[in-house]
Amino acid sequence: MAIITIPRKPLTLAERAYLPQIAAGLRITLRHFFQPSETLQYPEERPAIPPGYRGVPTLVRDPNGREKCVSCQLCEFVCPPKAIRITPGAIPEGSPNENVEKAPQAFDIDMLRCIYCGLCEEVCPEEAIFLQTQYSMSGGSREEMVNHKDRLYELGGTLPDRHYKWDKKKAAAETPPGH
Amino acid sequence: MADFFFNLPLIVQGLLKGLAVILVVFPMSSLCTMAERKVCAWIQGRPGPNRTIIPWAAYVPVLGGVLQRLGLFQLAADGLKFLVKEEPVPGHVNKPYFILAPIVAMIPALTTVTVVPFGAYLSGGKVHPLVLANVDVGLLAVFAVSSLGIYSLILAGWASNSKYAFLGGVRASAQLISYELSLTLAVLPVFLWINAPGSAGSLSLVRVVAYQSQPGFWGGAWFLFTMPLSALIFIIALFAETNRQPFDMPESEADLVGGFHTEYGAFKWALFFVAEYANMIVGSAVFTLLFLGGWNPLPWIPLETLAGWLHLLGHPFILGLVSIAIFLGKIVCLIFIFMWVRWTVPRFRYDQVMKIGWQKLLPLAIANLVVYALGIALLSK
Repeated sequence: MAIITIPRKPLTLAERAYLPQIAAGLRITLRHFFQPSETLQYPEERPAIPPGYRGVPTLVRDPNGREKCVSCQLCEFVCPPKAIRITPGAIPEGSPNENVEKAPQAFDIDMLRCIYCGLCEEVCPEEAIFLQTQYSMSGGSREEMVNHKDRLYELGGTLPDRHYKWDKKKAAAETPPGH
Repeated sequence: MADFFFNLPLIVQGLLKGLAVILVVFPMSSLCTMAERKVCAWIQGRPGPNRTIIPWAAYVPVLGGVLQRLGLFQLAADGLKFLVKEEPVPGHVNKPYFILAPIVAMIPALTTVTVVPFGAYLSGGKVHPLVLANVDVGLLAVFAVSSLGIYSLILAGWASNSKYAFLGGVRASAQLISYELSLTLAVLPVFLWINAPGSAGSLSLVRVVAYQSQPGFWGGAWFLFTMPLSALIFIIALFAETNRQPFDMPESEADLVGGFHTEYGAFKWALFFVAEYANMIVGSAVFTLLFLGGWNPLPWIPLETLAGWLHLLGHPFILGLVSIAIFLGKIVCLIFIFMWVRWTVPRFRYDQVMKIGWQKLLPLAIANLVVYALGIALLSK
């Protein structure tokens, strides 16, 4: 490639006089002066959250109200800043969730550590943990910034389920074998 | 009421007038600071300060919300904050001069207002100007006193004992002195025009307005139309003299932190701020008087004609208020232009400021003066 020399044009008289340039600028700013403002009045107006947004990680229930997490602890292992801590627990006899393998006894996410990377959501085999639309967390102390299990379910709510994995397992267990 | 006022001892009259000036100029300057923030916000597509409200004012139906959105309570909150917050004085400053500087800044700002006429009323077929001190030196007094304003910047820069403030002070003095020349030369044609050769000369601002309210095509034309170049040079120099963007070298927060007021805070800083706006108001007033026909509503329509149309010839008091309103309206427009330019144009480099001042504006002002002097000499032959 040859070098292309672009001649630098000398400034015209209007450009050197500078005043026409200022007038052009003034015209632009005057146009903006009369345009409506772009500002979002934050606490009253909230931004529209795009799909795929990675907000605060939350735990979700399936439409039957069953908690989906089986405390496999994959998210705890994958979490790069080690923000998640799970204490696995057994499911008591006679509970409606009986056939589910396990459920978390405690599930803490330290939001001071969380980096919102979304690896926990990606790794979860049960589709139990989701980074949803909640983007604003505040607390007065370090303890307050740790989301415990109940808070996580409160934030997560219920998401539609496509599999009903544990219902199928239960149905399979109740059906006599050899059928 | 007027009789009662004029029967008071002279010193009480003077004190009352002085108080009136402070009561008008101070709120106007502080209103300007809010207007500045609002204009800036609107130009940048923001709403500007619109949240502060006094609790009980929120219950006033429409007005409360409008005042809140206009940021007027924010203004009160800011003023209160400046009054009650701690006033730090850095340990390394030269204390007496450091404290003196903002006071010195206020003196020319408030003094020049006294010789600026701001309205007129008709009584007995004669136009009486509304002015605190109708002195014959008029404009000369404005220039003389306002040039004292440099001292406050130099004092502030010197007493602060810091590099940024010092550089700001040096720049301020150089800039103000440079542009004062063009400022003064630009208005000379106006006074050459209104002072007929042989008659008693006068620099009175009232007389300038009287000249722009004469009947006839040339009589009623504002000097903006007959001397556009003078007006242009005057307003450019005025931008420099009032330290407004694009000439705010003394402040230039990008390279000098805050310039001459780097070390100032709280109320002392607020005084500098108010003085800057007071200077702007006085500058706009002088520009209005010289080139925009003062209190005449429109070019070729003097105040007397308007009074005839509105049947106000017999009501000097109301006419006075109308003329003040017209005058203030023009000042507000000019101040809007000041702000509009500030939020449009970036700051000049220091060498560019000096180049414009000495190599462009000054020769232009001199040429303008020579051309008009020759023209006036030919015309009055």
